[in-house]
Amino acid sequence: MFRGIQRRRHRRGRGGLLRAVVAVVALILAGAAAASAAEDPFAERRAALTRSIERLAAAVYPVAGRAAMMPQVLAALEETPRHEFVPPKLVSLAYANRPLPIGFGQTISQPFIVAFMTDLREPEPVDIVLEVGTGSGYQAAVLAPLVRRLCTIEIVEPLGRSATARLARLGYDNVEVRIGDGYNGWEACGPFDSIVVTAAAGHVPPPLVRQLKPGGRMIIPVGGSFAPQQLVLVEKRADGQVSTRQLMLVRFVPLRRSGR
Amino acid sequence: MIPLVVVALVSLAVLAFEVLLIRLLAITQWHHLAFMVISIALLGFGASGTFLALTQRVLVRRFHAALAINAAALGICVIASFALAQRVPFNALAILWDPRQYLYLLVLCLLFTVPFFFGANCIALAFLRYGAQIGRVYAANLLGSGIGALCVVGALFVLTPPEVLRVIAGVAVAAAALACLDVPTARWRLAAVGLALLAVAWPLGAPEVWTALRVSEFKGLSQALTVPGARIIGNYGSPLGDLAVVESPQVPFRHAPGLSLAAVGEPPPQLGVFTDADGFTAITAFDGRLPPLAYLDFTTSALPYHLLDRPEVLVLGAGGGGDVLQALYHEAARVDAVELDPLMVQLVREVHGDFAGGLYDLPGVRVHVGEARGFVARADRQWDLIQIPLLDSFAAAAAGVHGLSESFVYTVEAMQRYLRRLRPGGYLAITRWLKLPPRDSLKLFATALDALAQEDVADPAARLALVRSWNTTTLLVKNGAIAPADIEIMRAFASERSFDLAFYPGMPASEANRTNVLDAPYFHAGATALAGAGRADFVARYKFDIRPATDDRPYFFDFFRWRTQFELLGSPTVGVASLLEWSYPILVATLVQVLALSVVLILLPLALRQRGDAHPDRWRIAAFFVAIGIAFLFVEIAFIQRFVLFLHNPLFAVAVVIAGFLVFAGLGSACAPAFAARLEQARVSALEIAVGAIGLIALTYLAVLPPLFDAFIALSQPVKVALSLLCIAPLGFWMGMPFPLVLADVKARAPDLVPWAWAVSGCASVLSVVLATLLAMQFGFVAVVSLAIVAYALAALLMRAPLHHGLKRGELP
Repeated sequence: MFRGIQRRRHRRGRGGLLRAVVAVVALILAGAAAASAAEDPFAERRAALTRSIERLAAAVYPVAGRAAMMPQVLAALEETPRHEFVPPKLVSLAYANRPLPIGFGQTISQPFIVAFMTDLREPEPVDIVLEVGTGSGYQAAVLAPLVRRLCTIEIVEPLGRSATARLARLGYDNVEVRIGDGYNGWEACGPFDSIVVTAAAGHVPPPLVRQLKPGGRMIIPVGGSFAPQQLVLVEKRADGQVSTRQLMLVRFVPLRRSGR
Repeated sequence: MIPLVVVALVSLAVLAFEVLLIRLLAITQWHHLAFMVISIALLGFGASGTFLALTQRVLVRRFHAALAINAAALGICVIASFALAQRVPFNALAILWDPRQYLYLLVLCLLFTVPFFFGANCIALAFLRYGAQIGRVYAANLLGSGIGALCVVGALFVLTPPEVLRVIAGVAVAAAALACLDVPTARWRLAAVGLALLAVAWPLGAPEVWTALRVSEFKGLSQALTVPGARIIGNYGSPLGDLAVVESPQVPFRHAPGLSLAAVGEPPPQLGVFTDADGFTAITAFDGRLPPLAYLDFTTSALPYHLLDRPEVLVLGAGGGGDVLQALYHEAARVDAVELDPLMVQLVREVHGDFAGGLYDLPGVRVHVGEARGFVARADRQWDLIQIPLLDSFAAAAAGVHGLSESFVYTVEAMQRYLRRLRPGGYLAITRWLKLPPRDSLKLFATALDALAQEDVADPAARLALVRSWNTTTLLVKNGAIAPADIEIMRAFASERSFDLAFYPGMPASEANRTNVLDAPYFHAGATALAGAGRADFVARYKFDIRPATDDRPYFFDFFRWRTQFELLGSPTVGVASLLEWSYPILVATLVQVLALSVVLILLPLALRQRGDAHPDRWRIAAFFVAIGIAFLFVEIAFIQRFVLFLHNPLFAVAVVIAGFLVFAGLGSACAPAFAARLEQARVSALEIAVGAIGLIALTYLAVLPPLFDAFIALSQPVKVALSLLCIAPLGFWMGMPFPLVLADVKARAPDLVPWAWAVSGCASVLSVVLATLLAMQFGFVAVVSLAIVAYALAALLMRAPLHHGLKRGELP
């Protein structure tokens, strides 16, 4: 935990207060969720899912200098009605910790991956962030309450349209959806504190690296949509130098202890 | 005579359908799945035997009707079962998450079992009816199958897979019509005419949507087509694969795998070429100007060009030409590019020749259609650089779907041959996707070390370097020691592109894992351990199988280790899915299912029969047919691999070799009765002579074929095919004998057991294919052949004592 906070201070130097504010907001949100549990038939399953993700996180962290998953990420996950983001006939599976197909060869990611990627962004309430590949809009919905402005680009038109309508209906008004090609980023919305992009062309679009603020982070899930293999975390240092970290999604040591 | 032709036609249709199904499933789903589905579906043969064991009395009496109905049903079902299977919402990718997928998979398997069941019924009915001529029936069966293997490959050059499916349906229904002609009455003539009409009407009339291929929405082609403006502008097919050319004017493909984060330029416009709806290669627009290609200098595979001056380059796997462009950008003096698929070459050279800037006809560029190993073996020159680029898609590589496929490109022997084609100071460069934890790259590294050691290089590690980006690795093998000046260039190259060096001779650990940071310096530590004295220990302790692939065990893409997979399944986290290696578990799951179903199919008829009429030799007969079923396919599969390596064209060679085996076995089977008759009074039986001959020939081949192939590798293809068939002839001939010899005996002394023996042999054959692959992956082909010889010997021993005459009920002994 400590290492994580220290790094963040170094990045922006105003972590403590914000963290406290965010934590309070998250607590209030969680309280509100509990209050409305009576009329939300999914509240219980959502809480169970959040708890299981917390347990999974405990098995994967520490990761990339972060000791544990931020509580506000878990709170946001518990707030987000995932059943609104899955196809109607899969609603019963909405709170299973698994990816689901949403048509057009796309999936709504596994909630754990969504939480993990959200946490790796280190979201702060002042952040402007970009997402390439809106899909159903679930990832955006989880992240939106944690940042100031979220711009998201979807290439498949029907997906983009329904995500736009869905996010508007659910009241995510700091999210802007654009339908189109994400390769060139979104100059007018940026520069960004964090970006998530799937590496469709086998590489990271250079324009996105340029639109990342110094100190910003980019996260790239690599591998199939049902089973991402690794997350690549691109960090742009204050001097503009770029480095990457490659994170496995499982704590795994490739060598057995030697015999004897 | 007519029923024999019917048997041959049905066998042709069945084998053609089997081969076609591999293609169909590879396009709509994935290749490793095809293996499992077809293995289980082939149990239709076992089911047929079981069915006939229970119904033979009724059906043999109505032989012609039964034959015609089963043949017609085969024809109906090849289309119907495929149409229904396409409606099954199976998604292989979700199998770990969704238990329902297992149910869907089972439904798929069962659907495809149906046509094989009907086809097998026809053949077994003929066995039952023509007891005295079992050898000839078996010969018709084998000949038909052999011709089927050739025909389907030929047909796929001119027809699309759905069209071939329809033709197969027509052939089967036509066989039914022919069966009716065998009875010379007006009613049967009428039935024949009706079926003949059906043979035309059904394939032509079945609705288009039934056979239109529904490609999984998660395959690359489907996903590319969801992009606005993207459309298929050309479809080209051959048995090597279906190519779809996609244009995406609004959102360019920008295919540049492994591009450095430091790259600035965007790739020029590209056309995407998908093979079997997945494997992707791009044809890049080229107008003769080199600056737009600058991005090609920002991939790991560009490193050797910085170490060489105007090199002569050999690209093994040209695809859409990206690596040829890379060579041109770096001012290669000459580029030879080898591509297996002539259609791919035609696409770049002719169909989209203007778009590609006449790339393959530029001065200094030579494109050769052929297979990598074969080209290198026949080449009479050397190069400064041999590039083996990325050919498989990342998704396929990550999911390990190629684990079951043999690849003779990445074996120790292959690498030795590449090295011999390098000029002094030249480089071999092999690029792979980066996987975590490392698998391909470390296995290649170990392979290179072995190859160099076999070539008597004193210090193999002094010739190796490994560079990685965030998603690719390139291994360099130098013909000569890597010099300090080379290392300086590598360092500069990597640092300018945000790449990491993972190995060069004498590399300090402090230099590893600096730009693309992993939890630990896995690549450097792994390569260093492999290069050092602790190699055996490291390989043994590594949680994936990184033993080098060899020609005897050519499974480069198989990294499976049991204990790792168990450890992963016990781990609570989700990333596990990415580390599971699918191929081997699928094989084992298939084996278990086949075994379980076989036991049911074999025991069922025994359970349903009355107790009194059990033949005293039934278990001996069953054991014989298990042994012979396993042995036949062990030998066939192992030698097909040998000949494929010699003939160097996976498809053509497989077709010729399979056809050769089946046709010569058919000849052997046809000769079996006469041979047995001649040996009636002799001390050794025909079976023993046949088995002895098979053992002798197979053992001789194990020793003689590798040097023989090395000696004749440079001959022209037709000569090599003829030579292969000449080698196969005696082996196949003798292998055709044991089955009909003993089946004729069973027919004579225990006629009721003929269908049961057919069931046993059908199940054993399926089991054998799965088992052979499993054993070859673990122990290699030599082991498989040796086991086959043991099984043959066992089979002969089992039949040393003559079979008892079965008793009819009420008869006194």
